Amino acid sequence: MPLSIPREEYMLPGHTACAGCGAALSMRYVLKGMGPKSALAIPACCWSIIPGEFPYTALKIPMLQTPFAAAAAAISGLREGLDAQGKEDYNVLAFAGDGGTADIGLQGLSAAMERGHNVLYVMYDNEAYMNTGIQRSGSTPFGAWTTTTPVGLKRNYKRENKKFVADLMIAQNVPYVATATIAYPEDLSRKVAVAKSIKGPKFIQILSPCPPGWFFNSADTVKISRLAVESKVFPLYESKNGKFALYKPAKTASISDYLSLQGRFGHLREEEVRLIEEAVEKRWSSLLEKEQN
Amino acid sequence: MAILPITSVSSATKEMASWRTSKPVIEYSKCTRCEICWKFCPDVAIDLVIDPDLKSPSDRFKTLEAPVIDYNHCKGCGICAAECPFGAIEMVREEV
Ligand SMILES: Cc1ncc(C[n+]2csc(CCOP(=O)(O)OP(=O)(O)O)c2C)c(N)n1
Ligand code: SF4
Ligand code: SF4
Ligand SMILES: [Mg+2]
Repeated sequence: MPLSIPREEYMLPGHTACAGCGAALSMRYVLKGMGPKSALAIPACCWSIIPGEFPYTALKIPMLQTPFAAAAAAISGLREGLDAQGKEDYNVLAFAGDGGTADIGLQGLSAAMERGHNVLYVMYDNEAYMNTGIQRSGSTPFGAWTTTTPVGLKRNYKRENKKFVADLMIAQNVPYVATATIAYPEDLSRKVAVAKSIKGPKFIQILSPCPPGWFFNSADTVKISRLAVESKVFPLYESKNGKFALYKPAKTASISDYLSLQGRFGHLREEEVRLIEEAVEKRWSSLLEKEQN
Repeated sequence: MAILPITSVSSATKEMASWRTSKPVIEYSKCTRCEICWKFCPDVAIDLVIDPDLKSPSDRFKTLEAPVIDYNHCKGCGICAAECPFGAIEMVREEV
């Protein structure tokens, strides 16, 4: 069979991600799209330890470890430094978690995008601070259990809504903004290829299911990613030079199909699930409206 | 000039098999070589190999690359078995 995604691997076996890690698949597909002439910055997050302990590396391209808040600043400097040396043909990218993007890294990200460097910022979104033991982030969805939004006798699940960083990037007029997830590798590698073809700042947010953090069986990583799209919980879209396109899944799923596979939502009652359904529908309509305008 | 990394010792030289509690076993007589398992492996632990000695649903598949599990690096997540549209992969419990 002809392969549907590039054959060459730039992420190697022997990395230290958990079995079934969605963030590992995200990296695998992103690097397939970026190719060998790339340089990467990773802030503190699961992916800062996944490449392995010294002297090992699971990445075939050079990687710079940065402080938690500094991924976007680091790629700005990497880009300008490489350009100054005449290495404009290198792709520069950041690969950062949702905590490092939606929370502590947000001002750095916004500033780098505003300055207009020719870089790609990838946010792999596992919807909490996983590397430090599942604390809530701004990108954790409403209703989720985390260790800092615990559910016991008191039901202190996350009450705030997810902050969609890709939406913020569109509001900031970043030339290319896309959302993606690992159940759709062809779509993901295509979006990376489009990003690569554009000179200027680019942002891609990739929903990356996390078996230990979301409490599901590691075999279900791809299934949950697919259900996130089919239930419209995580809409796939693309915004290129202000033109917005929303992917309408051919097959639809209910939100309970998505939630019920994950222990982090196990405590939710019917009326709480309904609140989530309403919020998802509302966001979907507003995205449809954005597409029509 | 290329950008030189500080280290380039491949993680592929490491053994990951001890992470596993069960292993995927491919029933080649059901495998149509669609390569979907290869596509979804988070550990890059499925190689594509042309081997006419492997079984296949019919002879026309024999010339195609077949997925072969790299048991040194597979962590036993089960994604390949869950995603195979032909039910050709079974997870088999391993005893320690
Ligand atoms: C300034 C600072 N505060 C806290 C930490 C500790 N820390 C390391 S990784 C991490 C969580 C990262 O979460 P996220 O960005 O979502 O990535 P994930 O671990 O989920 O992949 C934290 C809090 C740190 N390294 N630096
Ligand atoms: S905690 Fe989650 S994101 Fe981090 S390595 Fe494990 S599966 Fe991947
Ligand atoms: S069980 Fe998981 S790690 Fe092992 S080959 Fe299948 S997908 Fe890869
Ligand atoms: Mg995270």
